[in-house]
Amino acid sequence: MRLHWRRTVNYVMLGLTAVCTAVTISTLFVILGYLLYFGGKSLDWSFFTKLPLPPGEAGGGMANAIAGSLEILAIAGLIGIPIGFLAGVYLSEFEDKSFAPVVRYTADLLNGVPSIIVGILAWTLVVVPMRRFSALAGAIALSVMLIPIVSRQTEQFLREVPMALREAALALGASKWKTVATVVVPAGSKGVLTGMILGMARIAGETAPLLFTALSNQFWPSGVTQPTATLPYMIFTHAVSPFDDWHRQAWAAGLVLIAAVLTANILARLVLARGISVPRG
Amino acid sequence: MAPKSVRSQPALDREPPAPLVPEPVSTVKTKLKASHLNFYYGSFQALHDISLEMHTNHITALIGPSGCGKSTFLRTLNRINETIRHSRVEGTVLLDDVDVRTVDITNLRRRVGMVFQRPNPFPKSISENVAYGLKINGLVSRGELRDRVEQSLRRAALWDEVKDKLNESAYALSGGQQQRLCIARALAVDPEVLLLDEPCSALDPIATAKIEELLFGLKDQCTMVIVTHNMQQAARVADYTGFFLMGKLIEFDNTDTIFKNPSKKETEDYITGRFG
Repeated sequence: MRLHWRRTVNYVMLGLTAVCTAVTISTLFVILGYLLYFGGKSLDWSFFTKLPLPPGEAGGGMANAIAGSLEILAIAGLIGIPIGFLAGVYLSEFEDKSFAPVVRYTADLLNGVPSIIVGILAWTLVVVPMRRFSALAGAIALSVMLIPIVSRQTEQFLREVPMALREAALALGASKWKTVATVVVPAGSKGVLTGMILGMARIAGETAPLLFTALSNQFWPSGVTQPTATLPYMIFTHAVSPFDDWHRQAWAAGLVLIAAVLTANILARLVLARGISVPRG
Repeated sequence: MAPKSVRSQPALDREPPAPLVPEPVSTVKTKLKASHLNFYYGSFQALHDISLEMHTNHITALIGPSGCGKSTFLRTLNRINETIRHSRVEGTVLLDDVDVRTVDITNLRRRVGMVFQRPNPFPKSISENVAYGLKINGLVSRGELRDRVEQSLRRAALWDEVKDKLNESAYALSGGQQQRLCIARALAVDPEVLLLDEPCSALDPIATAKIEELLFGLKDQCTMVIVTHNMQQAARVADYTGFFLMGKLIEFDNTDTIFKNPSKKETEDYITGRFG
């Protein structure tokens, strides 16, 4: 009797975990399916090559938003990746003082700050003094989000480099920073690179920090100090508009964005799958 | 008692490079001299008042049970223990009569090389591994580098096995080959002293025999200090042997004296295997 009861509980719990697993993965596939269906229907070559048209006119594309997103991501990467990388190196290699836990905790906090708050920060620090929305302001907002991701990933992967390699370099007369630059970072480079790619993929879809920093634009990007269109922002404005044609464009933009993010994720896995270049232990 | 290997016989009975009785002071030069060395990990004292002289162009073995401080002592000689946080050292280590703490750390570690317990080649090619010390110290020109790599690999008796795959990853080598690569890497910068921290503990007997043979051949080129768990190994390769126990140096003498006629009871107990 008790055995029977225990078996029943076992099957019920097993069933529940299976259902929840199915819900988890099917969510991704439902999203992908929707995007592929509606986005695929609306996606054509002109989406990549043409500028948006006023509502009511059929056709047009989001070439300016693709270019704008790439521009802003590139600037955000140029700012955020070096800072995050060096902070991660510090956390992993030079944390002799009591300062490091503070840095690490701050990075975690920063990682958890809602992205809209990051947008407000950039608005206050960049948009207001410059008296204009700009690609630069958007990039700074995104870089603020990128820094903690890259620094924690860098720290994590550098820590996995065995101590024995550091000692080998030190024992040959290498200074601390030379050991880090010529042995530790190369040995952990694949993981670090993965972290950078994942960080870029993560911020590529952020919309809130761009709302009142980069704003948007109907034309080609015209410089870092000008308002600039981005894919996430265009999805937002087109999806909430009352025009069917804009809705189709929003689906297409969604598909392009998610394809780019997925590609980046797969790329990151491929880099890592080639292995951490050092055997563990 | 482990079966006595064939190699240990000739090693013990060989024509000794150093006479069995201590040589007159004039002919034996002291390369490294530790005086009243204490070492602490935080509040734990790992070394208690160690005084020990290591002679030029001789091999000194340090034996003792796990955790007795022999590795800690070795790692104090090239100051690599300093990388451990909350560690503290008292007393002095003299290299050619100069306190190692006054020597520039890069210079010290170039002169006092080290080989670790587990082979730890860099994730680089074989030749890059050997060239590493030369490159970071800016010791030779690019043209000379190849020759120095070959020369170092020859000194480590590895050249014939790797000469056709110098650009392949060091991880493609076997454990014994990797350890000889690490020795070649240490030899490339021409160290005056070579510290070996249980260099054969991860290796099979054949690889071990090769390394011992190699150490023997290196004696005229540098002074060696080897930490080992393996008493036969100490008996085979070392001219002098020190026995460590609980962070103290119990006894230090000619290897033959230590193994055949130790003066301390603890040493005898350990040597004969009566030790816990």
